[in-house]
Amino acid sequence: MPIEIDIAHVARLARIELSDQQLADYRAQLGVILDHAARVQELPTDGVAPTSHPLDMVNAFRDDVVSPSLDRDEVLSQAPDAINGFFRVPPSLDNE
Amino acid sequence: MTDPADFTLVEAAAALRAGQQTSVALTEAVLTRASLTEAAVHAYLTIDRSGALAAAEAADRRISSGRAVGPLDGLPIALKDNMMTRGLETTASSKILAGYIPPYDGTVVARLREAGAVFVGKTNLDEFAMGSSTENSAFGPTRNPWNLDTVPGGSSGGSAAAVAAGSALAGLGSDTGGSIRQPAALCGLVGMKPTYGLVSRYGLIAFASSLDQIGPLTHTVEDAAILYEAIAGHDPLDATSFPGPAPSGTVRLGAGVSGLRVGIVNELSGQGIDDEVMAAFRTTVERLAAAGAEIVELSLPSTATALSAYYLIAPAECSANLARFDGVRYGLRIDGGTVDEMMSRTRADGFGPEVIRRILLGTYALSAGYYDAFYGQAQRVRTLIIQEFAAAYEQVDVLVSPTAPAPAFELGAKTQDPLSMYMQDICTIPSNLSGHPAMSVPVGLSTTGLPIGFQVMAPALGETVMFQVAAAIEELSDDIGRPVLEVVAS
Repeated sequence: MPIEIDIAHVARLARIELSDQQLADYRAQLGVILDHAARVQELPTDGVAPTSHPLDMVNAFRDDVVSPSLDRDEVLSQAPDAINGFFRVPPSLDNE
Repeated sequence: MTDPADFTLVEAAAALRAGQQTSVALTEAVLTRASLTEAAVHAYLTIDRSGALAAAEAADRRISSGRAVGPLDGLPIALKDNMMTRGLETTASSKILAGYIPPYDGTVVARLREAGAVFVGKTNLDEFAMGSSTENSAFGPTRNPWNLDTVPGGSSGGSAAAVAAGSALAGLGSDTGGSIRQPAALCGLVGMKPTYGLVSRYGLIAFASSLDQIGPLTHTVEDAAILYEAIAGHDPLDATSFPGPAPSGTVRLGAGVSGLRVGIVNELSGQGIDDEVMAAFRTTVERLAAAGAEIVELSLPSTATALSAYYLIAPAECSANLARFDGVRYGLRIDGGTVDEMMSRTRADGFGPEVIRRILLGTYALSAGYYDAFYGQAQRVRTLIIQEFAAAYEQVDVLVSPTAPAPAFELGAKTQDPLSMYMQDICTIPSNLSGHPAMSVPVGLSTTGLPIGFQVMAPALGETVMFQVAAAIEELSDDIGRPVLEVVAS
């Protein structure tokens, strides 16, 4: 069964603005890679738990002590746009 | 007399202690080498001449007053440009981070600074460490010092090329699917990926967080063990950091392999591997047997599916990690009428094609309706791989395979076919999925004069026996020497 990819939807979710030609190219490439990746579905895995951390570790706690954070001005100096100690971005809603 | 740029870490440290060299002279030697080779090799994105010389002068003051801080004090080292260096540009080879000056040091960087290391500069990589040739860099490819028509491997190809060319005595790389071991194999170096969690990822620009590990690229096994010991250890700033002590890398060097059980992984040592690589692999296995190791052949059937699982898990994690590059806090911004438009344009313009491909792949694999069939299933396959490795390590002390399926390939040979590039990592990916340590040791040259690597894998926290076996292989193998460098006027 060929893998179904709504590439425009995926690009929207990923916040990447692509042309129709780019979308078509990426859809074709993803199809080839996913065909290969779909081989994971051939192994029987009933009752197998998924792994996210390869070592047997659960939770990491540290001492609850106050320590200095990064220098605010040094951090903000790397922002494309900052004002009064804040990052500045365009409006998140249309004006209409 | 050996040019100090060709010293190992151990040789350089001995020369410093004996007063035959200064850190400034060592640093000048690698900077001079870089000035002769960089126009052709392009291992570095940034060379920090003034910072390196200042650090070298400070090291010389410590050493001359008897206050040297350890085996790395005063030694010039290269850092992959996905490691945060306070005040020194860090880009991960991406246009989206061009010009970015980090406000802090990553933990490994801080540890090496405290150990007195001199940072020569920041090395090229495949953008965000996604690739196996260092061709996916926004700032141009790196070339292999052994043959400038070929790639150095990747993604840590800049660090590998710098060390192979003598533009640093050693380097750090990061390994998510083989990105230290494969370039080590292609550049004739030792490259080592520690057990997941032994080296802090704090300040490493994240690609796939459950797979990424930082490790050394060096000329010798002993150098790799020393550099590994300097960077390993618990770090409260990384929640996945292993809280116990890191195993020693150096304590069993020279102990040989007599009585050790060495397992050949059938699935990683035959199909798809170049004839000359297989011949070098078999010769090495025979030498191990002659030196007293017991050789066992093993089957790990799930590893045949490792590449498929990896190309779901790594892109899924990358799509989440790279969401932070949105034109708000750092790096590139392309204006737009709304914040959504600004972000979508910034990301389209700032990311290269391989990064976009993997973000889209990961976004798809995590999206509603496909999550369980792709990402969830890949994580269950990962469990099967870990279980098979665990069963294998009940029978053997280490597992072995070739590192890369073939010697270095020509630039451009695989850039049009992503899947053929991904196949570079078939032997290295299983250890990333299992979280186990693995390393590559050079064992010979092809008929065309290109290095061939041999991989040693060990169980979790099995670094000590892994370095022991790697040192024995180094001892048993013919010395491949150093590349004949072509000097190109800049």
